[in-house]
Amino acid sequence: MHTTMETPATTTNLLHPSKRLRQRYRAERWFKRLGLLAIVLSLAFIAFLFFSIFSDGYTAFKQSYIALDVNFAAEEFTQAKLAHANFPGLVKKAMHSMFPEVDSRRGKKELESLVSPSAAYKLQDMVEEDPKIIGTTQKVWVLAGDDVDMLLKGKIDRKEKQSNRRLKDNQLAWIDRLISDKKLEQKFNWNFFTAGDSREPELAGIWGAVKGSFLTLLITLTLSFPIGVASAVYLEEFAPENKWTDLIEININNLAAVPSIIFGLLGLAIFINFWGLPRSTPIVGGLVLSLMTLPTIIIAGRASLKSVPPSIREAALGVGASKMQTVIHHVLPLAMPGMLTGTIIGMAQALGETAPLLMIGMVAFIVDIPGSITDPAAVLPVQIYLWADSPERAFTEKTSAAIMILLTFLVFMNSLAVYLRKKFETKW
Amino acid sequence: MELTSNQTHPAFPTLLSGAVHQESEQTRSQAYTTGRKTVGTPFVDKPRMTCRDVEVYYGEKCAINKISIDVGCNEVLAMIGPSGCGKSTFLRCLNRMNDTVPSCRVVGSICLDETDIYHPSVDVVPLRAQVGMVFQKPNPFPKSIYDNVAYGPRIHGLTKNKVELDEIVETSLIKAGLWEEVKDRLLEPGTGLSGGQQQRLCIARAIAVSPEVILMDEPCSALDPIATARVEELIAELRTQFSIVIVTHAMQQAARVSQRTAYFHLGDLIEVGATDKIFTNPKHRLTEDYITGRFG
Repeated sequence: MHTTMETPATTTNLLHPSKRLRQRYRAERWFKRLGLLAIVLSLAFIAFLFFSIFSDGYTAFKQSYIALDVNFAAEEFTQAKLAHANFPGLVKKAMHSMFPEVDSRRGKKELESLVSPSAAYKLQDMVEEDPKIIGTTQKVWVLAGDDVDMLLKGKIDRKEKQSNRRLKDNQLAWIDRLISDKKLEQKFNWNFFTAGDSREPELAGIWGAVKGSFLTLLITLTLSFPIGVASAVYLEEFAPENKWTDLIEININNLAAVPSIIFGLLGLAIFINFWGLPRSTPIVGGLVLSLMTLPTIIIAGRASLKSVPPSIREAALGVGASKMQTVIHHVLPLAMPGMLTGTIIGMAQALGETAPLLMIGMVAFIVDIPGSITDPAAVLPVQIYLWADSPERAFTEKTSAAIMILLTFLVFMNSLAVYLRKKFETKW
Repeated sequence: MELTSNQTHPAFPTLLSGAVHQESEQTRSQAYTTGRKTVGTPFVDKPRMTCRDVEVYYGEKCAINKISIDVGCNEVLAMIGPSGCGKSTFLRCLNRMNDTVPSCRVVGSICLDETDIYHPSVDVVPLRAQVGMVFQKPNPFPKSIYDNVAYGPRIHGLTKNKVELDEIVETSLIKAGLWEEVKDRLLEPGTGLSGGQQQRLCIARAIAVSPEVILMDEPCSALDPIATARVEELIAELRTQFSIVIVTHAMQQAARVSQRTAYFHLGDLIEVGATDKIFTNPKHRLTEDYITGRFG
């Protein structure tokens, strides 16, 4: 015993770690760096994605407008109905009056194309709203054409050869003159938030898709939340343990992994072809997305029911609560935060889902804002898909802007899930 | 359906006739015990609960083997024995908490005031109101102290109005010795109390529905010695009104709080007797080995 105590080797180790120990530390440092690198990489990708979407999309929130001095001459409104008046003619006349030197037929055409076709409808709306303006000259801000808008946003290169450009040299000169006269300006694009889809990019808005998504998710939530919670409660609390419940459990878990387009096919076959529900509507979309969301909610619900400590169930049963009372008074309230989180995650998934909706016709081009769940509607992700597919240059920024709005909703829903979880979390 | 102490439900007859009670103690213990023979005095006069030939199976495994024992009125019956000997299982049979275990099967008869609690037409809800339970780990509901105690009376509809409910909550908390400590914070969560207070809250919750029997499954094993002493005092006070069956691993505790003690061993009931006799002069060798610390 005494002799072993005298060896000095153990004391030096504390000040000078052995080679083996240094190697262990080196491995640890590497492991840490590798993890850090992974995080930095993924953050960089996300930053790049956000930057790309934002830099492409922020211009969509502004739109170019041209000021026209429109002469609502009385002789133009001789027809029986106001709607029959030649409003496009009024727009053209106003444009010609600004550039009297343009006299060739071709030049006039090119001049007229600087204004959006929607200008005529705007004038019609003005007259129908207030017929007293007939006979006067009004200064009206109308939408510029999408090519003008793109030029102002720097998306059309002036140095490009004329033949490769959407705008000719003379049009560029007119635009410059309009800008210097302060008759061509970019204003905040309210239209984007209030309008439905359109073939004209300067007219296209997101509201139709937002409302379609809202109605669809409303159907999804009202169907899948109660059904999902009830299924989870039954399976977890009441169902006998036998091979049937095992089979059901396996199938629910498998359903969560089924590609979503399959649910779309199922919806097409059952809801549209068999039940005869109208195509392309929020009701069918909501039903299909409910099918898709249910497994998520049931699985999350069962997990949160499982996490309620059994002592609470025993306590309730011990004072003579029935099974039902135990579940409703004690277990369900404690499991609710987890269930809500699962539901919101499922809803966020449903909000971003495109594939099953393509199968039930929600990919249709729909201009009208849906008023009810049986009106044809678009939804946000499908709207993004449609715009991304459109050839006009101006739809690029609309696509990015729509993605930004979709992401905003997703971030909002996820934060809500986190907030609910934090708020209702029970401390033991 | 409410079971009360003095009436037998007309739907099912009393399983134990008066004749059985008149038999001598000797013949009874022989007649009912076919497993390892129980020594001592498992039966008392005027029992509150009578258990005869109780067997419990988990699947094929026999956890309790032909146990016969009485729970007397206003007594504390302590059940001791090494881990896995079946005393908790047996305790949970007394208010059918084992019903929640799907594989569990109970054979034999357990009667509360001459009503077989395993009779098919007996409802477990009123049964559990009459045979309350306090668990090993304090398990108050994550609700206010008031709601914890008021929950039982509320679901059983014992009160007509708020005043009566307030009264029940107050008397239950007073009986549980918790009133002075919590009367100013009844609306605070019960989970915010200390461990000992939580356990007394659970006792208050159990007695709020005025049971006849209170089952306690190692009620002090999660508590410190001071809280344990407080709960033991409480048990002594509660004995005047309730029958108490307590499972404990602490033999000192059994010696302090109980009038009768039952010793379990591997699913058998080995010996039952007055507590002072069991601890000073055990009849069975296994009991002696256990209480003297030779095993267990």
